[in-house]
Parts: sequence; structure tokens; C-alpha cells
Amino acid sequence: MLELVNISFSAGGENGEKEIIKDISLSIDDGFTVITGPNGGGKSTLAKIISGINRPTAGKILLDGEDITNLSVTDRAKKGISFAFQQPVRFKGITVHDLISLASGKEISINEACDYLSQVGLCARDYINREVNASLSGGELKRIEIATVLARGTKVSLFDEPEAGIDLWSFNNLINVFEKMRSSLGGSIIIISHQERILNIADRIIVVSDGKIKDDGTRDKILPELLDTAASACRVLTDSIKEAKK
Amino acid sequence: MNDTEKQLLKIIADMDGTPDGAFNIRANGSLAERRVTENVDIKTKTDKPGIDIIIRPGTKGETVHIPVIISETGLNDLVYNDFIIGDGADVTIVAGCGIHNCGGEESGHDGIHTFFVGKNANVKYIEKHYGEGGGGGKKIMNPTTIVNIADGGHMEMETCQIKGIDSTNRVTKAVLSSNASLVIHEKILTHGTQFAKTDFTVDLNGKNSSANVVSRSVAKGDSSQEFISEINGNNLCTGHTECDAIIMDNGRVSAVPSLTANNIDASLIHEAAIGKIAGEQLIKLMTLGLTEKQAEEQIVNGFLK
Repeated sequence: MLELVNISFSAGGENGEKEIIKDISLSIDDGFTVITGPNGGGKSTLAKIISGINRPTAGKILLDGEDITNLSVTDRAKKGISFAFQQPVRFKGITVHDLISLASGKEISINEACDYLSQVGLCARDYINREVNASLSGGELKRIEIATVLARGTKVSLFDEPEAGIDLWSFNNLINVFEKMRSSLGGSIIIISHQERILNIADRIIVVSDGKIKDDGTRDKILPELLDTAASACRVLTDSIKEAKK
Repeated sequence: MNDTEKQLLKIIADMDGTPDGAFNIRANGSLAERRVTENVDIKTKTDKPGIDIIIRPGTKGETVHIPVIISETGLNDLVYNDFIIGDGADVTIVAGCGIHNCGGEESGHDGIHTFFVGKNANVKYIEKHYGEGGGGGKKIMNPTTIVNIADGGHMEMETCQIKGIDSTNRVTKAVLSSNASLVIHEKILTHGTQFAKTDFTVDLNGKNSSANVVSRSVAKGDSSQEFISEINGNNLCTGHTECDAIIMDNGRVSAVPSLTANNIDASLIHEAAIGKIAGEQLIKLMTLGLTEKQAEEQIVNGFLK
């Protein structure tokens, strides 16, 4: 179980220090959790705090009861936390096979690496020896990024907006990937997402806005509220457009 | 040949014992061993130090090894090697130099290689430079490669300075005729207080000639590098030169690409990128469980692979 206890995070900017995460506490069990909310609300920052990329300015993070707050990114990875970046990183000279082997923690065969790529809908043999560089499209890089998390097979898997930059066909495939992950990977799968179809397969939805948890519950409880709020916002927008045209 | 020399041969030319095909091993300034074949002749020059490698026209699939090793301190070896590649031949040449200097004096090797690539011939040239030994004496290598490619000929050069060379000044000059092409991939790693300079000049004289000069380098510690690349488009031709460098610690890299189009149909491009390892690359690999140092090594090894 992953627990965040009174987590706060501030970062400096042009206009001074800004509090991005404000005293968040939550526990995440095994299962499929989606963190959603408006842009700039603190979702990605929260994911980076869990993975150790950002250090909280206050609070504690516990993994299976162990305090990991002061552990580095590397040590947290070794404890079983994986993170798929919103913007996948490019490497000159490192091949897809190299990257998936590194994710696995051992030298794996081409066939094993191909299996992970096939799971994310990439025709594996075509990609295995290509460099993870700008010659790959954003969607291809994104799927390779997800494959690295599959290859790690850890107890906490974090995905920061996996749908960003992915075309419709790949997105359909992505939903299948996550549904398979739920049964095969186990552990806690935490996805930062705005997408209704990803929210639709969640066990639990947490809404983060303005650095705080605004809502938290099962999909059946939260999703209708979110859709209702979105529909209301659309009605307000439509009405104001009609008014402006008069 | 002692174990140290055998080990050097393994590193620079991937040789375990004598290789198949023609070869010429030069050790400490003189001939150690040679074999010629029906299609590849190797002759010692009579007017100056060095050899002539003569490849018969139409020779296909043969590999020629011509490594140089130096294990004496205070030896500065200078050779002039000429490669005459017959029309239509398709061969691989494995060169390279390894220095083991355990003494206090400077040891060095200056190889002046001149290629005459015949019409429609295809040459792959692989050259590795490596230095070792902790005696305090410097290891210096200053190779000069002069390339002449006749109509329709193609040459691919893979040059690599693995480690341990204190100072190098690498000069490459190429002249291409019609439909000739040249591809150069250079990899250099410097560390400590080492210095490496590479200076390419390519004259695209023939119609439809092309050149692609790509350098990847890493400068660590207090080392420094200088990359100069000049492509002159003198006909309908295409040329591309690229320098990609990673700097670490106090490493310094200077890149000076230069293009000159002397013909309206010349199409020339240069690219240069120098910078430290991106923080996001380190973090990505750390999220896979690597330490920062391991991540750095992976990135550098991949970059120079």
C-alpha cells in the first residue's frame, strides 16, 4: 500500500514561492486508480513526488509501511515504483531493446523484448533495434515508454497522461493495454488522465484541483459527478455564445 | 609477440591470433608478420617507411588487417601506407593503432594513409585508436587520411578513439569524382587532460557525388576537443556534416563546420550540437533503477556505440 501523509510541495517561480500541493493525505491500495482534475491542479507534481523526482516540502510517503520520503529516485525504483513520463525521453545510441533490457533489470532476449512491445501494439521486430531518438514518432515513443513500465512489473506503476500525443487507433489499443495490466501486472496502477475512457476503467477516481483533493471515491460515484460538471460547463459556454450572437 | 601486444591487437583490430586473409602487423616500428593472398598484395616501401596495399580489380568480400602496435616507451613511429583499390573491388580494411607505454618517455604513431579507390569500388575502412600504460609517458597519435575516390566508388570510414590517447590531431582530406560517395562515422572519447582535434576537408568535385561526415564525441574530465569539418560542393552534389558532442565535468568541445557551395546545384547541410547529458535522460534511467553514475555510463556508452 502507498500512503501519502500531509504532503505539501512548493516551488519557486518568477513571482516567488508557490504552493503546488497543499497538505494531501491519501492511501492507495492495489487496483486501478485514476487521478484527474484541471490542468495546473498538481496531478503530475503528485506523481513526481511519489516517484521521487520531486521531494515534498512537508509530509511523509510510506510504501508498505516503510518511510520512503528521503529515498532517491533510484532507491524508490528498486523498492518497486515505476514511472512513465508524459513526455518520453529520447536517447541517441540507446536502442529500444537496450531500454527495455534496462527496465527489466537484466539482459533480455529479443523475443522477450518483442513481447513487451507487442503488448503496446508495436510491431516489435520493426522497432527492437531502432534508437530511442527523434526518428520515432511521439506515439511510438509513448508506447515504448509504457512498455518499459510493463517490463519492470513493479508493485506501483505510475503513468502521467499516457494518452497525450497518441492517435485514436493507438488510444483504443492503450485502453486494452491497461485492462490487461489490471489482470496481469497487479499492484497499484496509478494513471494521471483527463480521458473519459480511462476514467471508465478505473476502480477509483481521485480529483485533484488547486493542489488539494477535491473528490475521491469509486468510479460509479465520481464519474457521473465529473460528467455532470463537464456538461454544465458546456451548457454555460453554449448559452454565453448564444447570448453574444444576439 | 608478448601477451600485452596480443591484447592490444585484440582491442584495436579484434584479432585473436592471425586473421583470415591478408594482413600486415607492424610492431614497434618494424614488420612483425605479413600474409598476402591471390587478390591482395602487400609490399614494403623502398623510399620511406610504410607499405603499399594493392587490391586486385573485382576482388570481393576480402578483409585486410593492418594494425600497428607500440609497446616501447620513447618510440615515435611514422609510416606512409598507400591503398590501391582496384576497379569494382569490394573489401574491408581493418587498421588501428594501440600503444602500451609504461615508461616515462613519449610514444607515438603518425600514420599517413592514402587511398586510391577505383571506379565502382567499395571500401569499408575501420580504424581504432587506443592507449594504455601508467608510466607517465604520453601516448600520441596523429593520423592523416587522404582519400581519392574515382567515378562510382564508395568509401565508408569508421574511426574510433576508444581511450588513453593523450593527444591526437586527425586530418582527413577527400576528393570525390562523379557518382562517388563517402560516409565517415567518427567516435572520440577523451578524459583527463587529453586533447583531440579532427579536421575534415571534403571536395565534392564530381557530378552526383555525396559525403556524410558524422562525429560523435564525449569530453570528460579536463579534456578538450576541436572538430573542424569543411565540405566544398563544386558540382551537382550533396554534403552533410554533423558534430554531436557530450561534455562532462570540465570538458570542452569546439565545433567549426564549414560549407562552401561553388556550384548552383550543390546542396550542403551542417549540424552541430554540444551539451551536457540532459537531466531528464538521467532521471528516466534512474526511474528504471539505475544509479546516477550507472545512468551516465549507459548514456555515454550508447552515444558512442
